[in-house]
Amino acid sequence: MANSAEGSTTHETHHVAESHADHDHHHELGFWRKYVFSTDHKVIGIQYGLTSLLFLFIGFTFMMLMRWQLAYPGEPLPLIGWLFSDETMPGGVMLPEFYNQLGAMHGTIMVFLGIVPLAVGAFGNYVVPLQIGAPDMAFPKLNMASYWVYFVGGIVMLVSFWVPGGAAQSGWTSYPPLANIVMTGQTMWLIGMVFLITSSLLGAVNFLTTIIQLRADGLTFFRLPFFVWAQFVTSFLLLLAFPPLEAAGVLQLMDRLVGTSFFMPSGLVVSGEALDVAGGGSPLLWQHLFWFLAHPEVYVLILPAMGIVAEVIANNTRKPLWGYKVMVYSLIFLGFMSFIVWAHHMFITGMGTAISGFFQITTMIISIPSVIILSALLLSLWGGSIRFTTPMLFALAFLPMFGIGGLTGLPLGLAPTDIPLHDTMYVIGHFHYVVAPGTILALFAGIYYWYPKATGRKLNDTLGKLHFWGSLIFMNGIFLPMFIQGMAGVSRRLYDGGQIYEFAEGVVHYNEFMSISAWLLAVAQIPFIINFFMSIWKGKEVDENPWEATTLEWTAAPSPPVGHGNFETIPVAHRGPYEYSVPGAATDFTPQNQP
Amino acid sequence: MDIPYTITPRADTGVYNAKLGVWLFLASEVMLFGGLFSAYIFLRIGAPEWPGMIHGESFARASDILNVPLATLNTMILIGSSVTMVLAWASLLLNRFDRYRLYMGLTFLAGLAFLVVKAFEYGSKFEHGYLPAESNFLAIYFTLTGLHGLHVIGGMVVNGYLLGPGAKMWKTKPAQFINRVEVAGLYWHFVDLVWIFLFPTIYLL
Ligand code: HEM
Ligand SMILES: [Cu+2]
Repeated sequence: MANSAEGSTTHETHHVAESHADHDHHHELGFWRKYVFSTDHKVIGIQYGLTSLLFLFIGFTFMMLMRWQLAYPGEPLPLIGWLFSDETMPGGVMLPEFYNQLGAMHGTIMVFLGIVPLAVGAFGNYVVPLQIGAPDMAFPKLNMASYWVYFVGGIVMLVSFWVPGGAAQSGWTSYPPLANIVMTGQTMWLIGMVFLITSSLLGAVNFLTTIIQLRADGLTFFRLPFFVWAQFVTSFLLLLAFPPLEAAGVLQLMDRLVGTSFFMPSGLVVSGEALDVAGGGSPLLWQHLFWFLAHPEVYVLILPAMGIVAEVIANNTRKPLWGYKVMVYSLIFLGFMSFIVWAHHMFITGMGTAISGFFQITTMIISIPSVIILSALLLSLWGGSIRFTTPMLFALAFLPMFGIGGLTGLPLGLAPTDIPLHDTMYVIGHFHYVVAPGTILALFAGIYYWYPKATGRKLNDTLGKLHFWGSLIFMNGIFLPMFIQGMAGVSRRLYDGGQIYEFAEGVVHYNEFMSISAWLLAVAQIPFIINFFMSIWKGKEVDENPWEATTLEWTAAPSPPVGHGNFETIPVAHRGPYEYSVPGAATDFTPQNQP
Repeated sequence: MDIPYTITPRADTGVYNAKLGVWLFLASEVMLFGGLFSAYIFLRIGAPEWPGMIHGESFARASDILNVPLATLNTMILIGSSVTMVLAWASLLLNRFDRYRLYMGLTFLAGLAFLVVKAFEYGSKFEHGYLPAESNFLAIYFTLTGLHGLHVIGGMVVNGYLLGPGAKMWKTKPAQFINRVEVAGLYWHFVDLVWIFLFPTIYLL
């Protein structure tokens, strides 16, 4: 291939193990450099994975506490209620302020500290270099930095619970003027976000450079696994959508600390007193800047999930993906479009019909590529001899769950139907269907699929299936009733779940059922946690390619891959990513690196 | 283990890793300042007059408050420093390390001069009680020029490093050192370019 002439620097060092001895001055890495401040993408990927799983657990715990208040408003929390301070839950009864803090931090933690770091930081880091036949990421030190910056951001967010007035309480969207006038916690939120944004930017630059520059010989763009494509487009979204939020964050920090009025309109009165600010600012400015990030952000949440599902489906149907190229084109188109739909979150702000019309049209257009990708994945099942492995179960469940989430988004994308539904539980139902039974199930699929590569052992299937059915059923138990509550008019973010409203009478008692589902969902994670740790020692040992897959991470690297450099020999790609069941081939899978 | 294309460009993309990396980083920087400029436009369109009332006094033009001659001087300084930055890089290509020291030194000093002028400008604003909290015009002025100033400082840290301790690399890995200077130069030109947008939009329009 074209690059082999120039690339002599690396391709000479075919035997990584040998070159180690020659010029690797730190080949005897100490504990700290090996496991804590490592520059190896595999270690960093695992660090991201464990940290983000921990944050997912923390975010989920917040919600489980809130669900007690929603199911039994004003009743003291049994068993563990006494653990909380008088500022948060006096006598075990949750204060409204604390409810708001938990809500804001649940959203923030789940999105920015849980899903994205798991989907991009963990899976992207671990799998992308292996799938493209690269010895590591393009900038290993930057990679380490991005993990630690993320870590610090997470700590700042958690610590904010202990500053005077507690953590941020204006929702994960932090709308001003409210977010401008609340206590210190919001400042901590902004500082934490600056860290998280910086981490994402470093990561995005690294992923893009890696994918563009470090593809193995013969691995052209249209031979990349769909997962790599998904990470590629995701990185572009992170790279270009996050900075405007960073700008907005800086402006909000100025408002809070220096007293400027970027987001403060003139004549604002708070608790009967006129605020002493210059005024002339606009709360809507924040919403525009925020959603300019946050709409692309929702695709950051879903695209890596689609990538994982595509890998698992191709592998377990034993046939090529249906319409791989169309899927890639849809992905790219989706990436572009996601930058011009943001104001569909703002239909009730009085933007005017022309602007509103524009965003309704773009929103309808962007749903086309999403539907194409989903349909292609669905059609890929057709005529396959499906193996119902544990990862495949999660991947299969993703399809209808994401379908529900996407379809319920359509009425939200049209102003006439969105206006009554905006800020109701319906919206909460919509996006949780895409992110929870959608993305999270896909991420589980990824864990079950790649765990053997990372550890050399398989996760237990019985426990896996228990985990799967529990998660699927209870997630639906939580989120399905939200649509009905929302259509009845119940707003989101209500401290009592809507009890004081007469119109909510018929649906407010669903809250108990939903809360019990949430707690049972926690129980359903126990088999997973046991499985995850037990299998490190007890899992069935596997060879390099237990799933009989075609892509390079399985066919060219041992399980787990070589410590530094991944491959004993840097592979060369000779074919596309999904050559399953090729007529005339010796096996039903033809590895990408098979000449 | 060696990462491919850290020094030599990859044939089919034509760039080495760090160069692609810095271009991508600059793309994100464009979005950062793009977001800030949009905020400026958004607020300005919504304002009845611009700069408007400050301390009970109504201003019709930005140049009535801001010091245009000083800002013009700063524009010259930054453009000049972009030129010396290119010359520094070119000197290395010609294997003239002495010249490199000279031009990189000048670039660094230009950055310093820019900041000193800026400090005078800020100082006289503070003296008049023109603080960011007084009006959205001043808020925009301080925030945008302040963030730009931080970028200048960041560039000076990099340039200072390449001039001082980082220059040792010229002896051991000259090709990589030249790459580093080139990449630092790309960033420095960007910082220059941002100012070239900031100057007319804030001071003149
Ligand atoms: C496929 C077509 C989709 C359409 C047409 C769509 C449309 C919308 C609209 C119009 C809203 C605003 C509703 C309102 O506030 O009144 C919304 C909210 C939301 N959507 Fe979607 N969506 C789609 C897919 C997704 C996906 C894939 C995700 C994430 C993985 C997602 C995540 C969200 C989130 C997080 C919110 C709520 C943000 C908040 O207000 O807190 N959506 N969606
Ligand atoms: Cu959206």
